Formats: sequence, structure tokens, C-alpha cells
Amino acid sequence: MKPRAVLTTIPSDSHNWNLIYMQLLLEENDFEVINLGACTTYEEVEQACLEFKPTVIVVSTVNGHGYLEGKTLIEKIRARPELADLPVYIGGKLSTDKNMSYLYSVELEQAGYSGVYPESRKTADFISELKALAKKAA
Amino acid sequence: MENSPSYFHEFVQAAKGDLIVQPRMGFCAFSKMREGLSRVKNIEAATIGTITLDSFTRTGDFASAAKAIKNNSALNGYPIVSHGKARNQELIDGLIGTDFPIQVRHGCSKPEHIFKAIVETGIDASEGGPISYCFPYGKVPLKESIRSWQTCSEIFAAVEHKKYHLESFGGCMMGQLCPPSMLIAITVVEALFFKRFGIRSYSVSLTQGSNILQDIAALTALRLVGEKYLGPREDWHVVYYTFMGKFPETMNGARAIMRDSVVVAKAGQARRLIVKTVMEAHQIPTIDDNIEALELAHQDFHDPSTSLSQEIKPGMVEAIFEEADFLIDLLLNLDSKIEIAIDVAFKKGYWDVPFCLHPNNNNSALAKLNNEGFILWANAGKIPFPNHIIRNNFSKEKKLSSSELLMMLSFNQFKYDTFNQAETPVLQHVSC
Repeated sequence: MKPRAVLTTIPSDSHNWNLIYMQLLLEENDFEVINLGACTTYEEVEQACLEFKPTVIVVSTVNGHGYLEGKTLIEKIRARPELADLPVYIGGKLSTDKNMSYLYSVELEQAGYSGVYPESRKTADFISELKALAKKAA
Repeated sequence: MENSPSYFHEFVQAAKGDLIVQPRMGFCAFSKMREGLSRVKNIEAATIGTITLDSFTRTGDFASAAKAIKNNSALNGYPIVSHGKARNQELIDGLIGTDFPIQVRHGCSKPEHIFKAIVETGIDASEGGPISYCFPYGKVPLKESIRSWQTCSEIFAAVEHKKYHLESFGGCMMGQLCPPSMLIAITVVEALFFKRFGIRSYSVSLTQGSNILQDIAALTALRLVGEKYLGPREDWHVVYYTFMGKFPETMNGARAIMRDSVVVAKAGQARRLIVKTVMEAHQIPTIDDNIEALELAHQDFHDPSTSLSQEIKPGMVEAIFEEADFLIDLLLNLDSKIEIAIDVAFKKGYWDVPFCLHPNNNNSALAKLNNEGFILWANAGKIPFPNHIIRNNFSKEKKLSSSELLMMLSFNQFKYDTFNQAETPVLQHVSC
């Protein structure tokens, strides 16, 4: 069975292109992708996790509110005991101020993300993490 | 307000022969918004003022918008509903007129509150549409958006002595990588929808793609499709948008793509241009950036060197016209009520916007760029195009990789940044 990814964004983010790109990238790395689309509510993400039992959750966001709503999202996920250990990654333009990216990345990791990818980090590193996850799931 | 003229409509009528230029400006702070409008009014070019709303107002979260006004915090636009009637009237007092109309732009799929605020304020123009303000901005069901836009059109139409203007944003769906025939079909059908619910002054739109010749052919085709389906010419016009995707990062690159959008608008006889600024790739533009962009567009329009001398390939306009005509005719035959036909067309997948993740979009159609930047269908999904259209217009490759998508999204950025490092005359980089 293929490893499965739930792909999502944050409630205020209406962008499509990043989600389309990420879906293709995940599929190329042999994941089955459930793409929840733009402006996803916290409840939709929680529901999808329980329903689809994914190998990983990928949160892609580019509207600059990732450091705020991305944090709320992970807190809600981690508050559910059955999702406490699920790998969850977030990446994109996490705040409107590029210079704050590193600081916000640390904050988001502390809040419970398995990995945080602001613009400055390489996609190749994220792919390596995905490959490791897929191997573990197999 | 009782006997006020139709500012927007009359201004466009009177500005024949000139390209009207318009910014995308929106500020939360009252004083800054007023300063922006006033500066736009006072430049030499024929301009229309813009009030772009913030995303709390767009999503109907008026409490958060009100809180932001109270706390003086920055929003990404002007919260027209929360500022209230008196404050809004003060905002435009002494500025609005038949010499300076103002349009409210928002991106909201269910904008009843916004439309009421517009009418109360004394403004007489907005933009959007049941498809174009629904599909790209989240998950509100298309049916709900259609219902709401019907109500909103009726709010505008109810004022008998005044022609309120409504612009369809349909020619800008997803901002890039949508074949022009689909964009034309959406914007013309949205205009027909407005008309059906009583709107007597309206416009259809199109955005800059990634090949100047295809862009001119598409804009020409839009005008011809409009002439076939819409009402008398004095009721409507065509508005063009400078490129809305990943913008060139260099000053010269940004400048060149802005100038090319004027070339297209001029050759395709658009009446109005919505500009971008040289800072687009870097930050939210300031009032100064916007003023500069408006003045440049105005100068470019009156510069003889922006008149295109090259011929559009024979058949290009006709091919886009035929596809758009096919799509519109198909939709109109699905139901005699356009508000139902729109819903059915998408439900059946007969209309399909490539790359649009909205749950009511079939999303099985695919578009690609060729090496010259032409946007072509790569897969029609369930759109029942006749065979000769499929043969003539379809890119042969049906699969798309993530790196190819990234390349397509960055096509203009790369092209203009690379070929405009020095002072390059406009059009030199175009292959045809």
C-alpha cells in the first residue's frame, strides 16, 4: 500500500498554486495524496486525519499567516491523543517578514511540528524526510 | 445621492480614445485610504479610484475587522462594512464625481453586506462574479455564490435613476495558466448573468498571459465574443489586467512586463487597465508605487512605440473565438436560466478550470505552456470540444511534473528578468 499524505493549508489562506505543486511533488515521491484545498478549517484537517489515517500531514501556506494559524492547527492536532505522534510538516511563506522566518520556525517546531520549512530551506531536504517516512510506513 | 449621476458609467463613456488606468489600492487606515484616492485623482491620466477591501471583510468576519479599526492594527485593505456609512461618505466626500469614479474590489463570494455598504456610501461600481469570486477563494459552494451574486446584482439594479457598474473578474481566474477561451467564456457568461439580474452597465475582463501575440489575439477575441453575446456597445467595455502571477523581480523586468501589458491593451482596444507596480515581487505597493505605475501606463499608452507593428498569426483570433463561442453556447444550452446553467456546466465537468481546487470544479482539465509561452489545453477533461479543436489547439503532453509546474509559474519572471537586464526595447524578446 502506498504511503498516504493529507495535504492542507490554514483557514485564511486562499492560495491554490502551492497546493497543486505540493500534490505533484508528493505523488512523484510515491505518496497517495488527499488534497483538502484552500481555506481549510481546523476541523476539516482533524476530520481528514481521523478518516484517512495518513502517514503524514503536509501544511503548505504562503499568505504570511502560517506562524499564527499554523500554530493553532498543530496545537489542535497534538491535543488529540490518537494524533499525538503523527508526522506533521509545515512550509512556505510563514510570515510576511522574511527576516522572522527562522524565529517562527523554531516556535512552530516547539509547538509540535515534526519539521518546518520556511522559504530558505531546500525542497530536497523535505523530499529526503518524505522518503524516510515512506520507508518506515512500508 | 438621490439624483447623483452614474459616475463610473459616464466617466468611461466620456474617456473614449484614452486608456483609463486604475490601481489595486486598499488601506485599513481611513486617512491613508483617503490620501491614496486623492493622489490617484490628481494625476494627469484618466484614472478611476480603487478601494480594495481587507480579507476579514471578504470572509464576513466583521467583528475582527471592527476590532482592527479600534486597535489601529494594519489590515490588508479597507474594511468598508465596519467603518460604517458616515465614515465611508466622509472618505469619498469631495473626491467622487463623473471626473473621478470609485470602484470597490473585494474577492468575496457572498458579498451582500459589501454591496449594501457600497450603495449607502454613494459609490456606484464594484467587481467580481458568481464564478470568479467563488472558485479561486476557498470552498463556499458555487450554488451559494450564484444565489448571493443574484441578490447583489439586484441590489445595484434596484436603484432606478442610476446605472451601477459591475465588472466581471472572470477573465482573471487563477491569475495565470488558464487557456484564454475559458477565461473569455467565464467573463462573458458572468456579464450575461449580471444583465439578467438588471445590471445596465458592465465590463468583461482578461489578464495578461505569457505570450504577447496570444494575449492580443485573446483580447481581440474577447471583444468579438462580447459583441456576439452582450447588449449594446455603450453598456459594456473590456478591462485588461497586467500580469497577476509571479512577477519579475528586477526593475527592468517588471517595467518591461508592465509596458507589454499596455501594448496588449492598446492593440486589443481595452478601455481600462488594472496596473501592477515595479515592487510587485517584493512588497505590498505604497501609494507612491501605485502613482508611478499609473503614470507609466498612461505615458506608455501615448508613446507611439507601444503600437504593435507585427501581425497576429492568421487564424489565432478565430481559434480562440471558436473555443470560447463553443463553451458559451454549450452552457447556454444546458438551461434557459443562466444561474442554473452555470451550476450544471461545472457539475457535469463541461466547464472546467485547470488547476482550480474548488470542490465544485471538476479539475480534470489541464493546461500547459509551450516554449513560446502560449497557454494551451493539454487535457480537456470532460469538456466536449469537437475533434478539430482538439487537434488544433491541444498540447501533446498530458502529464505534468512538479518541476514543470514551477517552471510554468515562473515563465514570465524568468523571461522578463533575463531579457531585460539592460535597456531593452519592448518586444525585442518576443519570438513569433
